[in-house]
Amino acid sequence: MDLLDIIGPVMIGPSSSHTAGAVRLGRVGRLVLGEEPKKAKIFLHGSFKETYRGHGTDRAIIAGLLGFDTSDPRIRESLKIAKERGLNYEFLPIDLPEAHPNTAYMELWGETSIARVTGSSIGGGAVLITDINGYPVRITAKYPTLIVPHNDQPGAVAKVTSVIAWHGINIAQMSVARQKKGAEALMVIETDQPIDEETCKEIKRLPGITGGFIIPPL
Amino acid sequence: MYLESIEQLIKIAKENGQTLGRMALILEAKDREVPEEQLLNIMRERLQVMQSAVTEGLQGNRSVGGLVGGQALKYQAWFNSGKSLASGVFGKAITYALAVSEANASMGLIVAAPTAGSAGVIPGVLLSIMEEYEIPEEKVIEGLYAAGAVGLVIAYKASLSGAQGGCQAECGSAAAMAAVAATELLGGSPEQAAHAGAIALKGMLGLVCDPVAGLVEVPCVKRNVSAAVQALAAVDLALAGITSAIPLDEVIGAMGEIGRELPLSLKETARGGLAATPTGKALAKKIFGRKEEKNGENN
Repeated sequence: MDLLDIIGPVMIGPSSSHTAGAVRLGRVGRLVLGEEPKKAKIFLHGSFKETYRGHGTDRAIIAGLLGFDTSDPRIRESLKIAKERGLNYEFLPIDLPEAHPNTAYMELWGETSIARVTGSSIGGGAVLITDINGYPVRITAKYPTLIVPHNDQPGAVAKVTSVIAWHGINIAQMSVARQKKGAEALMVIETDQPIDEETCKEIKRLPGITGGFIIPPL
Repeated sequence: MYLESIEQLIKIAKENGQTLGRMALILEAKDREVPEEQLLNIMRERLQVMQSAVTEGLQGNRSVGGLVGGQALKYQAWFNSGKSLASGVFGKAITYALAVSEANASMGLIVAAPTAGSAGVIPGVLLSIMEEYEIPEEKVIEGLYAAGAVGLVIAYKASLSGAQGGCQAECGSAAAMAAVAATELLGGSPEQAAHAGAIALKGMLGLVCDPVAGLVEVPCVKRNVSAAVQALAAVDLALAGITSAIPLDEVIGAMGEIGRELPLSLKETARGGLAATPTGKALAKKIFGRKEEKNGENN
């Protein structure tokens, strides 16, 4: 805990977990999709499912998908703004075994891509992203986070980390997830210093690397 | 910054001849390796959000769940009529605590202090004192650092979350934080401030978190008023020279212990207390029985 988290954050009410945390989940969804979402199916689990309307969790997640931050007064009007921007959304109930009570699973469509993200609002506005496009991850969005899909082959990790090191960026935490041996895998790299778009582009050009995007601290 | 106890902060503040608030600001700036001016500016912005939340709450907007709204406006009219039981700081504190809590419930912009559910307490206490006693802005900002330091100790020793510790951890912590800050604003010593915090928190011990329909509306909005009034009474006692037999650090420890022993039904699950009353259950049914909202092609 940080003193400025105690007298703070500045946020749109009424609940840090059901509103502020939910906005952050939506924002991560938008960043994973990497473009303006056109269609969203949002599955809510546990307490999210039970109380989402009274807490404005629906407006909060949609606001995040639209790119608003937790203190943006447009959160209140986000359902209307979604309509204006051509985002079709639907909220559906789901039961996810062993998931945190405040968990959302999002299926998102843009003009050119599709993304699937599962995350939980774990209290005080903090989030934990547990799945990206079928890969199990643990992302808190407290650090600059670089996500790199790549082919599961020797040297992929070394190439990426050497580019990061060359730019003077220190890795705080790192993990690699894969669905099966030799197929596509996902690197999740949390760093102490911010990663810029140029570094990310450089990484995407490396052999065996199939993509890459940044989730900044939210 | 890491703070082990209020006692530790009092000791450092006295060695340096500072108030708890100023000392917390100095320590925080040192810890973050930033100028104090920068931290003053961050907190100034938050103070301004507290003020704008009062204004917003006095618009009388309905809450998202529809259970609250317009109460701050109603109370303000009563207070202004001169017939109110609470005069001066107390009446203003009640108005502002209601206003900020209602702004929160209607998706207004607030400062979570320490949480969104208890966001009305600190503005209620500090803004009313600031106005009535013409306290300069910078002193109030330092007061918010004192409040933050108390919150830090509570976060380490107990909890600031209703789901972990009941409402005593949210509104109770806010009352203690507000009382410590307010005592210093009114010229009390660091020790007096700590006594005020202890007295305020003792009055909130055992308070459960039993929100109707799980929403931050009933009883949360009015509990912010209870906590603000509790804090002001504690400040007045401490300024009169009355002390708390149990020091603040130990009261915080007791709060944490009580929180752990509270049953789950009384920790933000909406399964006990007021949430489980016949009216509480009927309100929940009414709110969640509403039609699903959707748009677009997936309807």
